Amino acid sequence: MSQQVKEHSMVTVALPAPSPERTPNTAASTDDDTVFALRGVNVHYASFHAVRDIEMEIPRRQITALIGPSGCGKSTLLRCLNRMNDLIPTAKVSGSVVYNGENLYDSYVDAVEVRRRIGMVFQKPNPFPKSIYDNIAFGPKVNGIKGNMDDIVEQALRDAALWDEVKDKLKQNAYGLSGGQQQRMCIARAIAVQPDVILMDEPCSALDPIASARIEDLMTELKAQYTIVIVTHNMQQAARVSDRTAFFTVEVDEALSSRTGILVEFDTAQRIFTNPSDSRTEAYITGRFG
Amino acid sequence: MSATRTTIATVAVERSLAARKRDWLGQAFQVLLLLSLIVALAIIVFLLSNVVGGAWRVWHTRGTDFLSQGGSRQAEAAGVWQGIRGTLTLVVFVVFLAFPIGIATAVYLEEYAHDNAFTKFISVNIRNLTGVPSVVYGLLGLAVFVRAFGLDRNDGGGFTGGKSVISAGLTLAVLVLPIVIITSAEAIRAVPGAIREAGYGVGASRWEVTRMLVLPSAAPGILTGTVLAISRAMGEAAPILLIGANTGFFSSGNQDFVEQLRGTFTALPAVIFGWARETSEFRDVTAAAIFVLLVITVLANGTAVWLRNRFEKQW
Repeated sequence: MSQQVKEHSMVTVALPAPSPERTPNTAASTDDDTVFALRGVNVHYASFHAVRDIEMEIPRRQITALIGPSGCGKSTLLRCLNRMNDLIPTAKVSGSVVYNGENLYDSYVDAVEVRRRIGMVFQKPNPFPKSIYDNIAFGPKVNGIKGNMDDIVEQALRDAALWDEVKDKLKQNAYGLSGGQQQRMCIARAIAVQPDVILMDEPCSALDPIASARIEDLMTELKAQYTIVIVTHNMQQAARVSDRTAFFTVEVDEALSSRTGILVEFDTAQRIFTNPSDSRTEAYITGRFG
Repeated sequence: MSATRTTIATVAVERSLAARKRDWLGQAFQVLLLLSLIVALAIIVFLLSNVVGGAWRVWHTRGTDFLSQGGSRQAEAAGVWQGIRGTLTLVVFVVFLAFPIGIATAVYLEEYAHDNAFTKFISVNIRNLTGVPSVVYGLLGLAVFVRAFGLDRNDGGGFTGGKSVISAGLTLAVLVLPIVIITSAEAIRAVPGAIREAGYGVGASRWEVTRMLVLPSAAPGILTGTVLAISRAMGEAAPILLIGANTGFFSSGNQDFVEQLRGTFTALPAVIFGWARETSEFRDVTAAAIFVLLVITVLANGTAVWLRNRFEKQW
């Protein structure tokens, strides 16, 4: 029991510097391998405390899954990683999100530049009402990426395993694609700006199982080049694709009638899904709540 | 045995399906709706036949002469050329003043401004301004553009030149500004947030998202609003009469372009207003002038619909 508690506190209260006490199965062992280090991250929407005191380190070129019941703040936290929360006027983020050594919330940091490096794929496929080609070319164009645009578009679509399906209809409207194709096109669009990280907010929730499986395969291929952080409601999906899994839950304070998202446990996917340290994680993954 | 049972069951189903009583109220309502439609159509047909009849007689006797002649004290010689030119000049003012300012205001309110009490107050007031009677705008134009900026002189004091095309153009631009803002803001608001998110997600700035994604998506809606504004501006009589549009014969002589803008002017509604007060000899030319105004309005609407369809196909 004490061993479990110790492990739990170690993972969730990660230290900024490499620590000799780290367990061997903690993949993020050196700073070079860590893309994000979250220190005391809190998110408020006006008076609503959405996420509290998150401490975690997200490793490079791996898939990190954020799971948990509805309202646990996992999407909110994901949107802190590329400052997407800036777009919500009432949202306030405190603490620090250190990306490759730089705090994304420092005053000098340009959120637009952050989002170019840290791309995002959304819950519902959201193509621009433009041709497939223009959808992919939009990002490189606004970011002034040099090179032959045709090649950039082709490479992005190849990387997203969509090229063979769309190469003859690049000039057609992206709304003509199926839902799964649209979502892969959105992944291609994110890849086209050559990001470092791809955030995925429940990318398969609007897709059928076959389309979901293709996205999962794609994620596994992409992790050779990109760091992927995915929010998912689907525990099987998290178990299948993620290297590390973070389990969040909702803490309900009856007295204040408030609900706040907290990080319960963050470990390798294998540990989370076979031998979790925390009883709440176990209850969730075995389907007893959530 | 079973056949009997089926029959009984069928009868029961038939009875339950058959209407218990006629829905009199519903039918009466339907008749009422149809009557309303007939009344509305009858009024339009009566008005149109009146106008088209007069216009036809003028066209038959004078041909294009009616379009190319200026105002005159004789009904046989009176034409609408000055009115057409005045109306089109006023539309140019509206297009170049009200549209950029109105669309920019809408973009600011929807895409940039924080949603606080102050911006809400502004939005509510802009909405209220669309309901202000046009004669009030005419008084505003008279006080500000004719008097304050025109030094109350007909012969070209101040930068507006008093009762001039510039004063009327500015007044109409102010008049349609709230319509342009409201319709543009609604078109911009109708653009799905997911499209904006997608733009920000690949590292586009707010300006790039607005210019390359939001405005093109909202363009058809904005165009519809601007057409409404043009139609409104072309049809308004009260403000331009207050500004001092000429309702009868006048000559602009050999003035240069700027002098003409600062000089005496008229527009189709003012021409129609003037002729409608003349003797019965003017009845047909009045109808013909109304017909010309209708045709120009329909042409403007048609152009906008065509532009809108073209925009939509580009996606």
